[in-house]
Amino acid sequence: MRKMLEPAVKEGSFYIAVAFFVILAAFPFYWMLITAFKSNADLYNISNTPFWFNEPPTLEHFRYLFEQTLFARWLLNSLIIGICVVAITLVTAIPAGYALARLAGRNAEALGIGIFLTYLVPPTLLFLPLSRIITLIGLQDSMWSLVLVYPTFTIPFCSWLLMGFFRTVPREIEEAAIVDGCSLFGSFIKMVLPLSLPAILTVVIFTFTLTLQEFVYALTFISSSSQKPITLGVATDLVRGDIFFWGELMAGALIASIPVAIAYNLFLDRFIAGITGGAVK
Amino acid sequence: MVAITEKTLLRGWRYQFVLDQPRILGALLLSPAILYILILVGLPFLLAIYYALSAYTIYNPSYHFVGLRNFTDVLQSDIFRRTLLNTFVFTIGSQILGLILGKFGALLLLRPFPGRKIVRALIVLPWAVPIALATVAWEWMFDSLYSVINWTLIALGVITRTNAPNWLGEPTLAMLCVIIVNAWRFFPFAIVIFLAGITAVPQDVLDAATVDGAGFWRRNYQIIVPMIAPIVTIGVIFGTVFTFTDLSIVYLLTNGGPVNATQVLGNLGFQIGIVSGDVAQGAAVSLFMLPVLFVLVILMLRFIRRREI
Repeated sequence: MRKMLEPAVKEGSFYIAVAFFVILAAFPFYWMLITAFKSNADLYNISNTPFWFNEPPTLEHFRYLFEQTLFARWLLNSLIIGICVVAITLVTAIPAGYALARLAGRNAEALGIGIFLTYLVPPTLLFLPLSRIITLIGLQDSMWSLVLVYPTFTIPFCSWLLMGFFRTVPREIEEAAIVDGCSLFGSFIKMVLPLSLPAILTVVIFTFTLTLQEFVYALTFISSSSQKPITLGVATDLVRGDIFFWGELMAGALIASIPVAIAYNLFLDRFIAGITGGAVK
Repeated sequence: MVAITEKTLLRGWRYQFVLDQPRILGALLLSPAILYILILVGLPFLLAIYYALSAYTIYNPSYHFVGLRNFTDVLQSDIFRRTLLNTFVFTIGSQILGLILGKFGALLLLRPFPGRKIVRALIVLPWAVPIALATVAWEWMFDSLYSVINWTLIALGVITRTNAPNWLGEPTLAMLCVIIVNAWRFFPFAIVIFLAGITAVPQDVLDAATVDGAGFWRRNYQIIVPMIAPIVTIGVIFGTVFTFTDLSIVYLLTNGGPVNATQVLGNLGFQIGIVSGDVAQGAAVSLFMLPVLFVLVILMLRFIRRREI
């Protein structure tokens, strides 16, 4: 009897442990979801069971968000910032990553690590001087300041990621192209780049999600509502006076979280390989 | 006619010849990225040091040199000393909690079971979703009146409505809350790092050890732990750097309160340098991060080198 029970108990405790982790990780998001669809009468009644709807679900918070706040504007701002930062990052990090992988000679390793280490310089060390520089060039309180500053952390990260990828492309491909009369630069453009599309797509997705996740620079540089990106707008602008409107807050947080969550899950493995610098193959 | 074609050809050749030198092309391709970083990371970094040595405020932008006065002023303030201690408690506490959760989570996810992919996708959420948004959800969960945590504890009979804790309003509890939220954000990253490390340990090494009579614990602590140590250290350094210098969780959850009980360096630098406009003193506060960052970077360099052996 005991022999039959033991595996069952072991299995049971395994799944209980898994359930614990899932609840721990995902409950705040479930809480966002359910709050966003609850009516105010349901939310602010302490005798109601909070985990489920006691009154019919409602879309009033979403309606309020799009009609009475600048939510749509913040989404647009984030999209514009994201696209511009992706463009700047690609134009600088692709050549840099390739040069670090192939061309820079003996110093490449040191240079690569040097560029990567700038990713560790925290925003809270740079935000004071950067905000002075931004005022000096007239970008204060404008979302374009973020377009200028965000590449300071996306370029190091993406150069490192792409360097790792370019190293895996066999040299023979370029050598063959050069023998066929291609220039060194031409072999990179015509042979290596087309092979690198998956890595470049990863860089695009990660640059975009990094711009969505950033909070410190946005908080420091921007105070007018119409210039805020989505994360800053939801976190700081939906509080009127001292009163929190949790329905609207959670609806806004939910909409902004979903695309990032999906993108991360799709590209997680590549991201890990990048951050550990190819330590694990 | 022939001479002209020859000449242009020649010029084209010379131009290509220069670009065909790997070192020159390499320098050209690297320069945009390096210039961007020098101008917008290197220059502000030097400026931060200079501000900290001056009397610069946004109301009186003078670069009047005052030496180390800002640092000595800051060190004499009780709030600052409290902040420094808080920053260490916050960082170390959340890293330890995050690592423990990460190790156990990784052990669970190592085993294949139905629905593993979905479980992994859900567990990664805290790390993927913008932390500012998740923090707002936690703030709602810690609400003084409608806290779902308190509701559950009351329903379970652990506490009553009258002695329900005000999570963000009491100094010790508030510190616990910011640590929990930060550990919660960090533990999926720790899981992923542990998983990457463990799956990279060659199976034949483990098999050989088993044949030689090594049991589960011995395999774990004499083979797996030393082999994954470099990669886990890199992960911990990442987590430590981002926690030690962060302000978003503290800013949104408590804004350093109640009465500076959760004040951390990043948030204090923001309050003094941006909100109050005393750029010089704010820069001095932020620069106190530098010694810790420096040590972490040295460690990082050692481990990046070591992993290649």
